[in-house]
Amino acid sequence: MKILRDTWLIFARSMTTTLRNPVWVIVGLFQPICFLVLFGPLLEGVAQSPGFPPGGAFSVFTPGLLIQLGLFGAAFVGFGLIADLRAGVIEQMRVTPVSRLALLLGRALRDVVSLLVQCLLLLIVAVPMGLKADLGGVLIALVLIALLGLLTASCSYALALALKSEDALAPTLNLFTLPLLLLSGITLPLTLAPQWIRNLAIFNPFSHAVDAARALFNGDFGNRDVLIGFLVIGLLAILAMWWAARSFREATA
Amino acid sequence: MLIIETHELSKSFSKRGKKVEAVRGVDLAVEAGQIFGFLGPNGAGKTTTLRMLTTLLHPSGGNATIAGFDLIQSPKKVRDKIGYVSQTGGADPASTARENLVLQARLYGSNKAAALVRAAELLKSLELESFADRRTSTYSGGQRRRLDLAMGMVHHPPVLFLDEPTSGLDPQSRARLWEEVRKLQQSGTTVFLTTHYLEEADALCDRLAIMDEGRIVAEGTPTELKRQVAGDVVTLGLEAHDGALQRGEELLRSQMFVREVSLDKNDLRLYVERGEEALPQILRLLDGAGLVIQTIALSRPTLDDVFLRQTGRSLRETAA
Repeated sequence: MKILRDTWLIFARSMTTTLRNPVWVIVGLFQPICFLVLFGPLLEGVAQSPGFPPGGAFSVFTPGLLIQLGLFGAAFVGFGLIADLRAGVIEQMRVTPVSRLALLLGRALRDVVSLLVQCLLLLIVAVPMGLKADLGGVLIALVLIALLGLLTASCSYALALALKSEDALAPTLNLFTLPLLLLSGITLPLTLAPQWIRNLAIFNPFSHAVDAARALFNGDFGNRDVLIGFLVIGLLAILAMWWAARSFREATA
Repeated sequence: MLIIETHELSKSFSKRGKKVEAVRGVDLAVEAGQIFGFLGPNGAGKTTTLRMLTTLLHPSGGNATIAGFDLIQSPKKVRDKIGYVSQTGGADPASTARENLVLQARLYGSNKAAALVRAAELLKSLELESFADRRTSTYSGGQRRRLDLAMGMVHHPPVLFLDEPTSGLDPQSRARLWEEVRKLQQSGTTVFLTTHYLEEADALCDRLAIMDEGRIVAEGTPTELKRQVAGDVVTLGLEAHDGALQRGEELLRSQMFVREVSLDKNDLRLYVERGEEALPQILRLLDGAGLVIQTIALSRPTLDDVFLRQTGRSLRETAA
């Protein structure tokens, strides 16, 4: 299949670029590990209060941090694309018969792979901190995070292709990521939040992803949140990929 | 055989609510095996036309056929048949020349082994071998441009588009690139290039289209185009005091042997039938009228004269 072959070519090229400077994958982990080590212990006190979800502080906090990784790690991948646009690399690819969807998928899959590596490293740190989780649940949660990475990376690429400048992309991304983070219950569970914040959070796809990941870490596979999380993130990921692939087709540098 | 044919090809953009017509109906016919040049100042619409012909930009109107395929109907087939080297090139600065070439060949459908062979072949013929495994960000301008050219011809395209291939190169690298373009032509490739260098258009191209403000203003072989200007060009510098230039212009315009007179800043530019015979007459006339000649030059028409005649501006000035 041409699309698979093309995707593999773009993936391999993007991965090579990443592996030349693997330090950024580690740097990207720094923030979530700070949260885990320096903020997680604070939650152990709060975990006793009424309204805190079941499962202990780290079992609630770690899935949230994985989603945060997916949000922040993949949201900024558009910067690399702008560098490529400027160097003419994208145009050089677009003039070949390569599949336009592959131009997106190859890159986005690279982002998903480095995201999953980061997640595994974070989990390894979280276990001695006191994370107790269902292994099967964790694996399924990683599938959800992969979808979420596709969603965020695709949006970042589509925005990068539309804005074409780092100066415009940075504030635009900040505009979206911060409210998405705060309204997702990553740091503190939204069960502790006032009603109006919870009402707002319903419209935040990331809050559904966090709920689903928490249920999965608890081994609660039949929980309605799991289904909703996969549906919301899956559908949005497809829409975002369509948007980004379309932008790759029409990109003008 | 015509390998590129366009009909009323046009492109307009909207910039801050204003409609900008970058290309206003271009008709072209390029024979297979030619080096076809697009000459014009920056902003004439050359690059926009090229980007439409290479499927990178969707035309607002008109159509084109390239290597037998309709540009609008089957862009994918067109992509297989053409190579493109943009003004800035498109090699990844973080990868080596070999990596860039192998990826490009594979994107055109080669398998890995064939891509490696083709890359080695191009590295050798374009003399890039000794630094083929260094990152391209370390290359000089000329090396970089040769790699760009290699990227465009990696799949043996019958048509190769080059956008300002020698822009910013030193004379030596430019000559080296011309040589490569001629080699390509000898191997049967049709080369379509844009340039704002008159010498390049004159020396390299079999046929030319001169473009200005989105339109083609003249087309033909360099010799044909220069012949349109007819005769020779005499450029006169007169000592400028009140109305001297105007008086000189009027005086000369009334002469039978002068075809055309134009005023270009402080110079009078005359187009005459036979320059050698006209010179003494001009000297005598102006002397008799009490006008002092400071400089006088006789030259064969250049493409700049063609451009000047068609647009009323000098290409050298617009390009600067």
